[in-house]
Amino acid sequence: MNLAVRDIRHNAGRFAFTSVGIGLLLMIVMGMGGIYRGLIHEATLLVDRVGADLWIVQGNTRGPFAEVSRIPANLEDRVRAVPGVAQTRRFVSHTIQREHQGKPLRMVVQGLSWPEDGGDWLSLVAGRPLRQAHYEMIADESLDLPLGTRIRLGKDFYQIVGLTRGMVGTSGDGLTFFTVSDAMAIQFDQPGEALRLERAARRARVEAVDTGRLQPLLLDRAVGLTSGIPALAPPQVSAVMVTLRPGADVASVRRTLSNWPDITVYSTQEQKDLLLSGMVDKAKRQLGLFRALLIIISTIIIALIIYTLTLDKIRDIALLKLIGARNSVIGGLILQQALLMGSFGYGLAWWIGQYAFPKFPRLVLIEPSDLVSLAIIVVIISTLASLLGIWKAMNVEPNTVLSA
Amino acid sequence: MNPPPAVEVTHLRKVYGSGHTEIVAMRDASLSIAPGEIVGMFGPSGSGKSTLLTAMALINPPTSGQIHIGGKPVMDGPRALVDLRAFRRQHLGFVFQKANLIPFLTALENVQIALEVNDVAPKPACTRAMELLEYLGVGARSNNLPVALSGGEQQRVAVARALANNPSLILADEPTAALDGPLGRQVMELFAKIAHEKNAGVIVVTHDHRTLDVFDRILDVEDGMIQVRSSSHG
Repeated sequence: MNLAVRDIRHNAGRFAFTSVGIGLLLMIVMGMGGIYRGLIHEATLLVDRVGADLWIVQGNTRGPFAEVSRIPANLEDRVRAVPGVAQTRRFVSHTIQREHQGKPLRMVVQGLSWPEDGGDWLSLVAGRPLRQAHYEMIADESLDLPLGTRIRLGKDFYQIVGLTRGMVGTSGDGLTFFTVSDAMAIQFDQPGEALRLERAARRARVEAVDTGRLQPLLLDRAVGLTSGIPALAPPQVSAVMVTLRPGADVASVRRTLSNWPDITVYSTQEQKDLLLSGMVDKAKRQLGLFRALLIIISTIIIALIIYTLTLDKIRDIALLKLIGARNSVIGGLILQQALLMGSFGYGLAWWIGQYAFPKFPRLVLIEPSDLVSLAIIVVIISTLASLLGIWKAMNVEPNTVLSA
Repeated sequence: MNPPPAVEVTHLRKVYGSGHTEIVAMRDASLSIAPGEIVGMFGPSGSGKSTLLTAMALINPPTSGQIHIGGKPVMDGPRALVDLRAFRRQHLGFVFQKANLIPFLTALENVQIALEVNDVAPKPACTRAMELLEYLGVGARSNNLPVALSGGEQQRVAVARALANNPSLILADEPTAALDGPLGRQVMELFAKIAHEKNAGVIVVTHDHRTLDVFDRILDVEDGMIQVRSSSHG
C-alpha cells in the first residue's frame, strides 16, 4: 500500500498548490538555462553557418565579435593569392536602428561577398537568395518584414527577396543580408549636408597649405567625390573569411598568413571561443547564480511543505511506529511525497515552458541534456528537502499517540 | 504442560525524573495474564495504570523489573532483550480511548496497513482485513474514510487493526471512554469474545464500572501498586 499517494490524495488541494508553486519556480530555472543556451546559439549561429575555415582580422585585435576590427577591403585579393586558399569573402557586420511604420526597427546588417556569395548557404523559409548587386536584401522573419517589403536605409530603398528563420545576432536582433557594397553604403551613409560640410572643410585645409595655393586643380579635387581622392583611405571591412581548398594544409596556410604583420588569423573555433568568453561568459555566470538561488529557494519551499505535512501527521507516524512499522516505511512515505512534489513541479514546469518559452523575446533553447540535468537536480533537492521531515519523524516516540 | 502466560510482569518499578523531581509511578508491580483471559485494570488518575500498560506495550521502558510476553523475556529493566518494534508488530495489539485511525486511509486500509507492516502481501492482507471488519460488523463500511464513520464504528475498526496479526496480547487504554453506555458495553463484550475465541490475553484499562462483569479478573492499581480485587465471575 502506498501511503504517500494516499496522503497526497487526502491533501490534494495543498499538494496541487504547492506543486504549482514549485513548478513555476522550476520553470524559471529551466528557462534561465534555456536563455543561456539561446545566447550561445544566437552568438555562434553566424560563425557556424557562414562556413569559413579561417578569419583574418585587424592585427593584434580579437576580431569583429570582440572589438572593432578594420582591415582594407582589398586584403581579400592578397589572401586569395596564398596557396591553399579556395575562396575569400569580406565580412561586414553592424547593427542599425531605424524607424519602420512608426516603430523602432533594429537589425544586424550583414554583407555578402557578391557575386561569389549571394546567400545561397542560408536556409530560406521564403523567397530566394540575392540575384542583384544592389537594392536587394534577405531578412530574418523575427523582424516582421514580409517578403516584397521595400524599406529605406540611407539614401536607397531595399526590397526583401528572401526570409530566414532563427537567424539573429549576438544581441538577439534579426540578421539582414545585403551585398557587401550595399552593407557598406548603409554603414557609411552620410546626409548631404554632412558631405557638403566635409568638402568645404577639405577645401579650407587645402587652401591653407602652399600646395593648394600653387596647384588650384587640387582645390577642385578636394570638393569632388571622396572616392576620387587617392590620398584618402580605401574602404574598410571588419574581417576577411577564408575557405580552404579540399585537402589544403590549414597549418601551412595559417603560418603564411601569420607572417603578415598587419593582420591576425583565427580559426572558426577560436573565433567562437573569443565570442563566448567575451560576450556570453558574464551572462552565463549571472544566469548560473540566479539558477542556483532559485534551486535553493525551491529546496527550502519543498522542505518546509514536507515538514508541515509531516507535522500534520505526526500522530499517524507515531501510530505506525506503535504498530511496528519499520523506519523505511515511514521514511519512504516522506521521501516519496517530496519526490512526487518535485516530479509534479518538474512536469508542470516543462508543460508550461512549452507554451511560455516561445513567447519570450529572446530564444529559449531547452536541450534534452539540460532537461535530464534538471530532472537529476530535482531528485536531489527533493531528497534533501525530505530530510528535515524524515528527521522529525524518526524522533517521534510511539507513545505520542497516547498523548491526546 | 500449561501454555506460557500471555504476559508476565515481575517486580516492575518505574521512576520518572530524578532528585527533587523524582516521581515513582510504579513501585513494585507483578502480574501474570493467561492466554484467553480478559483483565480489567481500574484505578484513579495518576495511579500508575497507564504507566504499567505502556510498559507492557514496550513503549515505556521500566526502571527495573522484567517483562515476559508469551513466555519470552522482552525487557530486563530499561534494557530491551528483543527488537521492540518487530516484537510489537508480531505479538501485540493496541486499542486506545480514541480510535486513532489514520485519516487518509479507508477503514479497510487502516486494518490492512497493520498486516502489511508485518510483511503480509497486499492481496492476502486485504482479504484478512476484510474478514476482520466483517467479524466486527463493519464490513459494509470498509471503503469509508474514518471521518465518515461513527465513534463506535471507528473503535471497531481500531479493534480489527489490533487483531490483524493474531496478537498474543491486546492492550486497551480506556477504549470505551468516548462511547456511550450501550456502545461501550458492546465493545467490552467484543473484547471478551476476542479473548475467549482468539485465545489472546486482553488487558483493559477502564473507569467504567458498569462493565465489570465482562472481565475474568479485576486489578486495582493505586499509588503504583497492584491489588487483585476479585474474579468478576466469582
